[in-house]
Amino acid sequence: MTAAKLGRIALSVLAIVLAIVWVFPVYWMVNSAFISTAVLQQFTPHFFPGQYFTTSNFTGAVADGSFFGALGMSLAITLIVVVVCLVFAFLGAVAISRFRFRGRKSFVLALLLIQMLPAEGLFIAQYKMVSSVGLLNTVLGVSVIYIAAVIPFTVWMLRGFVAGVPAELEEAAMVDGLSRFQAFMRITFPLLAPGLVASGVYAFLQAWNEITVAVVLLPAEAAQTLPLWLRGFVQASATRETDWGQVMAASTIVAIPVIVFFLIVQGRMTSGIVGGAVKG
Amino acid sequence: MSAQAPGARIQPRRTTGIPYVLIVPAVLALLLGLGYPLIWQVVTSFQKYGLAQQFGQPPQWVGFDNFANLAWNGEFWAVVGRSLLFCIVTAVVTVVIGVGMAVLMNSVGRVVKLILQISMLLAWAMPVAAATTVFIWLFDRRRGVVNHLLDLLPGVEMNRYDWLGNPTTFFLVASVLIVWMSVPFVAFAVYAGLTQISDEVMEAAQIDGANAWQRFGGIIMPMIKPVLSIVLLLQLIWDLRVFAQITLLKDAGSKSGDFDLLGTYIYKLGVASNDFGVASAVSIVVLLITLAISWVYVRELIKEDEAQ
Repeated sequence: MTAAKLGRIALSVLAIVLAIVWVFPVYWMVNSAFISTAVLQQFTPHFFPGQYFTTSNFTGAVADGSFFGALGMSLAITLIVVVVCLVFAFLGAVAISRFRFRGRKSFVLALLLIQMLPAEGLFIAQYKMVSSVGLLNTVLGVSVIYIAAVIPFTVWMLRGFVAGVPAELEEAAMVDGLSRFQAFMRITFPLLAPGLVASGVYAFLQAWNEITVAVVLLPAEAAQTLPLWLRGFVQASATRETDWGQVMAASTIVAIPVIVFFLIVQGRMTSGIVGGAVKG
Repeated sequence: MSAQAPGARIQPRRTTGIPYVLIVPAVLALLLGLGYPLIWQVVTSFQKYGLAQQFGQPPQWVGFDNFANLAWNGEFWAVVGRSLLFCIVTAVVTVVIGVGMAVLMNSVGRVVKLILQISMLLAWAMPVAAATTVFIWLFDRRRGVVNHLLDLLPGVEMNRYDWLGNPTTFFLVASVLIVWMSVPFVAFAVYAGLTQISDEVMEAAQIDGANAWQRFGGIIMPMIKPVLSIVLLLQLIWDLRVFAQITLLKDAGSKSGDFDLLGTYIYKLGVASNDFGVASAVSIVVLLITLAISWVYVRELIKEDEAQ
């Protein structure tokens, strides 16, 4: 065996080891979710459920009804955020990629800067604003804040898709007698479907996973979203023994839909974030 | 800029208000959710706004008092120092490991690469609440698998070490969590850059006698420098906003101020202690730090946008 071949094998082994290390927390979550807490409490961890396999953690985690309240809350907020962001961002993306207008550059600059602002830098003021109009612990209060946080990147992402449809296609249709609006709706819009799906999934992930603003604007237990519901399990451990089997089942429930959707848009998001630094 | 390359934007045949109408909804949403709170925050940072104001007393103007008080506040500086140190260390470690992963992806066979990529994607996809909860379980002092595995090493005796109970190991766990969550993004972004380097160039360098290390420094690094600087900036910004991870880890650890970073410190000042004037002042400091770092990144993106 040559040295080069040995080196190749060593690299492959290293890659496999790193793959195992990186996936381990996800694996451990799912593994623990299927082992009963009585077994998890033994001092030797089990690396496979094997004979201890059980689904009782899942039924236990959703048993007290707070799960369905949180699910409803998350669904309502996410739906509003996705629909509003898609419509508003689509209009904005058309404006900046199909028109030249005074203020266009400032608008794009503002979007990009806003997108960088940390929630932590504004959530105190947002808390005061939302509480002063009596909207703490409501779907509406938190949605208004999420929409503002998600719109900038959605516009930026859609802008790429709109710009990707050559304007010549529209111009050709206009030569054939369509109005500008008709040309856009018949030629460009159908080609934007993948972009709208990708942006919609992005907005979904943002709203569904968000917990920082939720901690501040949804303090009541009755108004918690799924991430806050999950947090409740660990918070409860201050007063009683943590039921880790249930907590991991709850984590799995929260994570699975996200993982599925994430895999759909991953490529688009990377290229949107790093812009043209990666041509490909 | 005015030269119209083929495929450039359609020029409006007459000056119209259409683009302005199109951006109105987005602008209004931004003004409501971010603009108004931002203005309120700037105003409040110059006011005494505490418990009395919560009960209806008008706030008093105090000029730069809130900021001056912060300047003399040891706890504030401790939090700022801790946050910046945490942010820089975590971001640099993330980028170094991410680049290593990307190079590795680029040099192994198809099947192994796919396994590594799937593993990265799964870690990347985890919602922050779920990821943090899992890490609390991994590092649980009594039944956590980390203490168990470390105990198996010869000569290591963890004695049910309480990782989240001591500030140093608390931030170590937080940092490991954030590195774990962030490396996949860096790895994929850098990998995409690496795939642009042609095999011919690498082979030519090899034939000319450049060793692996020289090829890395002489060809790979210069080629991926643009994407590297962007991911480093993004990591710096993202690692300043770790309120979610710190709050959840504190649920399982300690409520003490020694475990606070900027986000949890602001939350404590504002929502928990009703000192909105000072909380606003700290928030402004956070926004200014972020804007200073972001400016470089945004300028890059704008440049590329114009070049298109």
